[in-house]
Amino acid sequence: MNLTVNGVAHEVGGSELTPLLDVLRLEVGVMGPKAGCHQGGCGSCTVLVDGEPRRSCLLPAGYAEGTEITTVEGLGGPEALAPLQQAFVHHYAAQCGFCTSGMMLAAQAYIDRGGTDDHEAIQAALGGHMCRCTGYSKIIDAVAAAARGDSFDLTTTAVGKYTRMANGGAE
Amino acid sequence: MAAATVAMDAATEVLTPTSEEEAIEAFGDGTDVLVVGGGTIVVPDLTYRRLQPKKALLLGRSGMSGVSKNGSRVTIGATTPVQALVDLPAPVGPCAANVADFEIRSQGTVGGNVCAGEGHEAPRGDLQGALLAVGATARSASAGDVTEEPLEDFLPRRGERLLLSISFDEPAAGAYAGLDRPHTHDYTALSVSGARAADGTVRLAATGAGSHGQRLTSAESGDAEAALNDVSPHDDALASAWYRTKVLPVLVRRVLDELKESE
Repeated sequence: MNLTVNGVAHEVGGSELTPLLDVLRLEVGVMGPKAGCHQGGCGSCTVLVDGEPRRSCLLPAGYAEGTEITTVEGLGGPEALAPLQQAFVHHYAAQCGFCTSGMMLAAQAYIDRGGTDDHEAIQAALGGHMCRCTGYSKIIDAVAAAARGDSFDLTTTAVGKYTRMANGGAE
Repeated sequence: MAAATVAMDAATEVLTPTSEEEAIEAFGDGTDVLVVGGGTIVVPDLTYRRLQPKKALLLGRSGMSGVSKNGSRVTIGATTPVQALVDLPAPVGPCAANVADFEIRSQGTVGGNVCAGEGHEAPRGDLQGALLAVGATARSASAGDVTEEPLEDFLPRRGERLLLSISFDEPAAGAYAGLDRPHTHDYTALSVSGARAADGTVRLAATGAGSHGQRLTSAESGDAEAALNDVSPHDDALASAWYRTKVLPVLVRRVLDELKESE
């Protein structure tokens, strides 16, 4: 099978029935999608397939052939965080981070299809995603901020400082 | 576990038809064939090895997706995503909107939802009740024979045939009432759908009150308690028989009231 992941083409073996999640993690080596429950209940494996959020643990890999797959690595990296990623940092929307990549891809798809900062609409869009750390409100605040187009100067926040240190940036 | 999944799949022959005709041929008489629509129900069963089929029929590229309308007749292809139904009038639209979450609705298919076998934890088939209430017919195939029959006749043998499409006449009025799901991943514990056809006939049906969706004919004349003559709710992981028995007439009453208001 030929899969395009974050703009890079990969040829992978195995059955078309294999969950896309297993192909991404075990064969392609992309670790952004997390294997939480492996049965569609937690949302942490969510990736974008042609821009649409899909549970990669539920999607037979054969269905992703010929599509553009985007994982959290494709949104933006430490050197150039995407606006949504900056919003998550600014609003302290990640604690352990396990659900975060799935949350961000579902949220990015929500924003891309014209989603607003309406909290109920964001809750509906993220309804299949479990977070056991933050109590959700900060995540929803972050998505609302990104949907509004808020901009952030992360160097002025404590979180930004830690992020810079974690990236090896000089203080 | 994941590595074992990859190894297991190699033992399953994967069939990928690109048209309805090819799908009917590949299905044959259904012996040893696992039908995969969107994959949301069966892929976890494969991952956890509850299912180890000889053949898997992947319908994703069979072109059997789409909702079409001819006058008041609505036809839904078997591989149409559940999400494509959420804006239809009650009871089908609100029932579809109550299935799982946006991502699962966008991947899971109407055919997969209607044909799902009884789960090991609870009944599946959230849409069955709403489609029974609108008097839907099911077009299905087995061994090359294509037939269209009332959904209530199709449901008991849904594991033996390949569902191709579902059709129904848009009702004059419809209503839906269901229990809230504790988690988006849960199947419908209990819901009641009702519809009044253009000729004034009222149909009621329930999801979650039996092993598959069932008509509630005894309550259709307006006696909500009589719904318990038609079904025997059971215990499972989602709700007890006692609770379902208590709540069913309440949901029936709400649906009947809503249908009455729309007269």
